[in-house]
Amino acid sequence: MPINYYIFLSIALFVIGIVGVLTRRNAIIIFMCIELMLNAVNLMLVAFSKMHHLAKGATDATAGIDGQLFVFFIMVVAAAEVSVGLAIIVMMYRNIHSVDVNFLNRLKH
Amino acid sequence: MNALLLTAVFGVIMMLSSFLLTSKTAIRGLAVSGMVIVLAANVLEMMGIVFFKIDTKDMIAFDRFSLLFNSIVFISTLVYFLLSARDMEKVGINYGEYFALIFFVLCGVTLSSSFHSLLILFLGIEIISIPLYILTGSDKRNLKSNEASLKYFLLGAFSTGLMLMGIALIYGATGTFSTNGITTSPTSALVIAGMLLLMFSMAFKVSAAPFHFWTPDVYDGAPTVFTSFMATIVKVAAFIAFMRLFNDEFGSLQSRWQLLIALITAITLFIGNITAVFQQSVKRMLAYSSISQAGFMMMAIFAMNADAREGLLLYSAAYCLATIGIFAVLMKLKDYSFDGFNAFAKQQPLLAATTTIFLLSLAGIPLTAGFLSKFWMIKAVAGTGKYLWLVIFAVLMAVVSVYYYFRVIQAMYFKEGDGQTIEASLPFKWTLVLLAGIIVLLGVFPNWIIYWLYF
Repeated sequence: MPINYYIFLSIALFVIGIVGVLTRRNAIIIFMCIELMLNAVNLMLVAFSKMHHLAKGATDATAGIDGQLFVFFIMVVAAAEVSVGLAIIVMMYRNIHSVDVNFLNRLKH
Repeated sequence: MNALLLTAVFGVIMMLSSFLLTSKTAIRGLAVSGMVIVLAANVLEMMGIVFFKIDTKDMIAFDRFSLLFNSIVFISTLVYFLLSARDMEKVGINYGEYFALIFFVLCGVTLSSSFHSLLILFLGIEIISIPLYILTGSDKRNLKSNEASLKYFLLGAFSTGLMLMGIALIYGATGTFSTNGITTSPTSALVIAGMLLLMFSMAFKVSAAPFHFWTPDVYDGAPTVFTSFMATIVKVAAFIAFMRLFNDEFGSLQSRWQLLIALITAITLFIGNITAVFQQSVKRMLAYSSISQAGFMMMAIFAMNADAREGLLLYSAAYCLATIGIFAVLMKLKDYSFDGFNAFAKQQPLLAATTTIFLLSLAGIPLTAGFLSKFWMIKAVAGTGKYLWLVIFAVLMAVVSVYYYFRVIQAMYFKEGDGQTIEASLPFKWTLVLLAGIIVLLGVFPNWIIYWLYF
């Protein structure tokens, strides 16, 4: 399958994520949209990794492998971010019993 | 490499210390001595003594520039610990953990100042950010702190997503993550799109306009003692990463991004300075002042020549030390508005005098480090021979900044007030005097820093 399909799919997922972050008001949903953005990047990295491997694999057996390695790092960091982020959301829920980000306008003077 | 491993190790040690040591003084002492050891190890590495020889597959490059920057950061953190560590006790009960998180942030700073691969850039920025989300929300019962933390987290994670997309696009075009510079010609659309995404996400991290909107809220909502850390050390670390990225990776595309960076610089200077004029709270004014100082530091990214590299290091030192000093004094006050400083000079003449020196340095008055660092930036931009309007605009904005810095000085010396009672210990006062002395000396002998860059 040509690489274009993968690029279009992952850009579509990424844009859905961005639009979700900008329009939704529920902190958990925003959070899921951010994860969607990261997963779109993962998909794109794997597709590019395969592409570079096909292009250069004949001379260099490990060509393109670093793209797939990067995906593991993104997964690990995303997991760390989720643990911190959910803790923050829980902390906010305990104080105001809501996860609505409209609450975030109070700091503005 | 010394500092990178030692900061991580001390992070773990501080984490254990919170239940092994019962006294807060012992925890504080351990943190300060840890910081001294990290600083000493880094200075030794600058002299060529490396404790740990690890093959990083050319993903991390500790050159003089990054080592010198790390030293500046460690000195600033040491000063920060000496001045403000006592105030962390007021935030919450997890005293040891706060130090652990700060050491982890420093580990990220070390990575992001010396990356030679986009993977390390990503890891460095994330290792800086994740502990900061926690520190911002560490005042758990305070709604403002919760709000700041959630806002910082959501926007920070969003900008990380943009950064990753940029990295993925560049990987697609070049097939490698190492920052050896874009050599493929003609430049593909993937590279340009990736560069723009990386530029936007880095501009977000350094809070350059129009990506600055989170800064005042987050800096205002976070506990003041951690605002001091975020606004100084973390911000200059993001700048070094920005500079390295655009120097190493996108240096060959300078003609493509220079106009955009110049516009971002001008907007940042304008919004930061003009909005700071209208603030009523000194803490919020310092948040906007950090945006306007970011505008001056953006000039180094724009110019990207030898002067810019020297200037950015000097600016990091001048800005970090002065702002840490002001925040340390601010934390002693109960009222953060400008009126809170009324008649401060009558009550605490020594503290008022040192605060005046810090404010003069931020405003860029001669004989302080702040003046020379601004001078270096303007010289760097003028040296490129393009966009002279940016130089003129920056000077005008520096004049505007004098207004809101001098408002504090005016309140301290010329306004009557009841004056708040504040307790300042003798070591605290002497550390501040020492800090003010360093700022004045750097303003006379900037070569003390720049010398290290070359010899």
